[in-house]
Amino acid sequence: MTDSIVKLTASPHVRSAESTVRIMWSVVMSLVPVVAASVYFFGPSAILVLLASAAGCLVTERLFGSRPGSLADGSAMITGLLLGLTLPPGFPLWMAFLGGAFGMAFGKLVFGGLGQNVFNPALVGRAFLQAAFPVAITTWPAKTDNWWVLQGDNFALPFMSPVVDAATSATPLGNLKFEDDPVVTPLLDLFFGTTGGSLGETSALLLLLGGLYLALRGHLNWHIPISIFVSIFVVSGLFYVLGVSQFPPLFMLFAGGVMLGAIYMATDMVTSPVTNLGCWLFGFGIGFLVTVIRIWGGLPEGMMYAILLMNALVPFINRATQPRLFGTSGKKKETGS
Amino acid sequence: MQSLLSFKHGVHPPEHKDITAGIASRRFPFPDEIILPLSQHIGTPAESLVQAGDRVERGDVIAQAAGFISSSVHATASGVVKSIELWPHPNGTMVPSIRIDVDPNSTQMQRPRIVPRWEEVEDEDLSGEIGKAGIVGLGGAAFPSHVKLTPPKDQPIDLLLVNGCECEPYLTSDHRTMLEHPEKVYLGIRIALKALGISRAVIGVEANKPDAIEVMRNTAPHDLDVTVQALQVKYPQGAEKMLIKAVMGREVPSGALPSSIGALVQNVATSANVAAVFTTGQPLIERIITVTGRGIRKPGNWVIPFGTRLRDVINQCGGLTDDAAEIVFGGPMMGLGQANLDVPILKATGGVLVLSRDECKRQDILPCIRCGKCLEVCPVFLNPQLMGALAKAERFEELAADANLGDCMLCGCCSYVCPSNIPLSQLFAASRVQLGRLAKLA
Repeated sequence: MTDSIVKLTASPHVRSAESTVRIMWSVVMSLVPVVAASVYFFGPSAILVLLASAAGCLVTERLFGSRPGSLADGSAMITGLLLGLTLPPGFPLWMAFLGGAFGMAFGKLVFGGLGQNVFNPALVGRAFLQAAFPVAITTWPAKTDNWWVLQGDNFALPFMSPVVDAATSATPLGNLKFEDDPVVTPLLDLFFGTTGGSLGETSALLLLLGGLYLALRGHLNWHIPISIFVSIFVVSGLFYVLGVSQFPPLFMLFAGGVMLGAIYMATDMVTSPVTNLGCWLFGFGIGFLVTVIRIWGGLPEGMMYAILLMNALVPFINRATQPRLFGTSGKKKETGS
Repeated sequence: MQSLLSFKHGVHPPEHKDITAGIASRRFPFPDEIILPLSQHIGTPAESLVQAGDRVERGDVIAQAAGFISSSVHATASGVVKSIELWPHPNGTMVPSIRIDVDPNSTQMQRPRIVPRWEEVEDEDLSGEIGKAGIVGLGGAAFPSHVKLTPPKDQPIDLLLVNGCECEPYLTSDHRTMLEHPEKVYLGIRIALKALGISRAVIGVEANKPDAIEVMRNTAPHDLDVTVQALQVKYPQGAEKMLIKAVMGREVPSGALPSSIGALVQNVATSANVAAVFTTGQPLIERIITVTGRGIRKPGNWVIPFGTRLRDVINQCGGLTDDAAEIVFGGPMMGLGQANLDVPILKATGGVLVLSRDECKRQDILPCIRCGKCLEVCPVFLNPQLMGALAKAERFEELAADANLGDCMLCGCCSYVCPSNIPLSQLFAASRVQLGRLAKLA
């Protein structure tokens, strides 16, 4: 026996097996079925767009990330995948790459990297693309019978307008909002994902399963998606009954980016409140905003702006929902100073 | 399934109690040297009554309490005082300690003494007898028991809570105490009830010790108003405030003592040792200590005289394994890491835990991702996420005034769950030290 002890630390001396790296990669794993479905529905274009946006994020993190080895924590991969999943299948790859790079650089790294950002980096990237390329990001090519045919002009050269030969189609939301002859897409189509739309936004079923898996593993705060769903259902139901809105509440829930946004974007731990009460408020706010934007806004979809707006309020929500200290009534203690 | 009483939040670390729970306690052989620090308790250090060269018998007072909040120290083995000098203490400092060369030929019997009959001692004098025997809380804090048993006049106690939770993983010393000496625990409860002038006691035991619950229920004296309450297995169920919340359903007000709501918490091992004072007349000189962990070759439960060096404990238990990585006095959640094998076992040392490399892997610290898990486990409803950020920024005054650092029990739940491995409770402990220094400067 020697007198040299390997380790001397302060208590606690044991840790749970939980780790940030594990949380991040299990989010990536839970997205695999969603990615697979997008490839199944949209063909090789899907995989190209996802790769391009992921590459944009990973390259930017590698070049400008402050922590060595920060690629391994999986957070850049999540941002890349999520951004890609919000893009239309025919999106030019250079734009997807640029969106990923922008989201990573200005949505995350300028704030100081992992854990420091205010806004969801994937949505910052998408907001940038929406502003920079409003036409490309709302071009939904009509489905072709041949799976191998690329959807639109993925290989458009930088700063050239993409050429879309194929006929364009409308998404369920756009159809209902802008077409002269609005059609309510059947709920089952929305649920299984057999509709037009962005890559990962179409199959509510797979997104819900992914969310369930994460919630069961404790990697997702279920208060957020549940409060978003409840709030959208109640608010849009109210407006529907009052006759101000043409969107039935269930359609509102399953169309567009609600599922992807509520389950994967709003629940980003870094940009959501730390208290459960705060998460309820955050979710209700998102649900309210997305409904209002969809009904009265100039865009068919409002999930992105709803989440980004509520992201900005998170510090205030956190401050307003501090837990009640054990052994107090919850009012601020007299500090005496 | 019957839902068990508990508190909100908390964590469920792997228990590992099966390593030693089934091993009966055995008497530890007397080492050749005993080192007794004058400070083994909360409060003023004791004053030495002996000099180098003095012959002392087991059980003799060798240092007396200095003031009310202090505790006497007794020789835990017969022998000759070698010296009184600064010696490494388990808390990492050097503390004046009495070194005794143990007499190898001694029978290690106590001197014959008059044992007070507890039934005949006046209620208010009982705590004095307990104080003279050097009894301190054996749950870990080592607060002098006679002080606890003398609550402020304006805060009368009406319920004695006996703590048999033992919520720290690995440790089984309280478990063995309840299994092996239930009659001592009950006598200690009787004496504490008499000292407090009350009649009702509740023994709280975590449900992972069904045998202890059964033994305590079967041996409960019929004339005593005592309930054995099974509690949910959750760390830190054994913390005073959490036990009170679970059993009484009430929260101890922030900044106040349990006596403010009429409760007093005493550990089962403390009760058993109080009983010894009034039966054999033995002061607090030894206790059941769990030696455990994957890093020790022969784990077990031992009755170890205080002052035995860590080195002797490890040697007796077969030595360290090849992958032993860390030695801890106490449990893995709140125990003190030890770097020196010469430190002595103290009154409050409930366990010697040797963790193997696999049990305490080093993990990389990542930035906080604001997952909020620390808020979900904090048993006193603090915001460790915010506190961690303040502590890192060295904003200690804000930490104390706005983030309620003073209410933190340093239970370690936040550090335990943090997926980014941020040493939260460690930061809070260090912040308290810094605040103490700042207060001295002011």
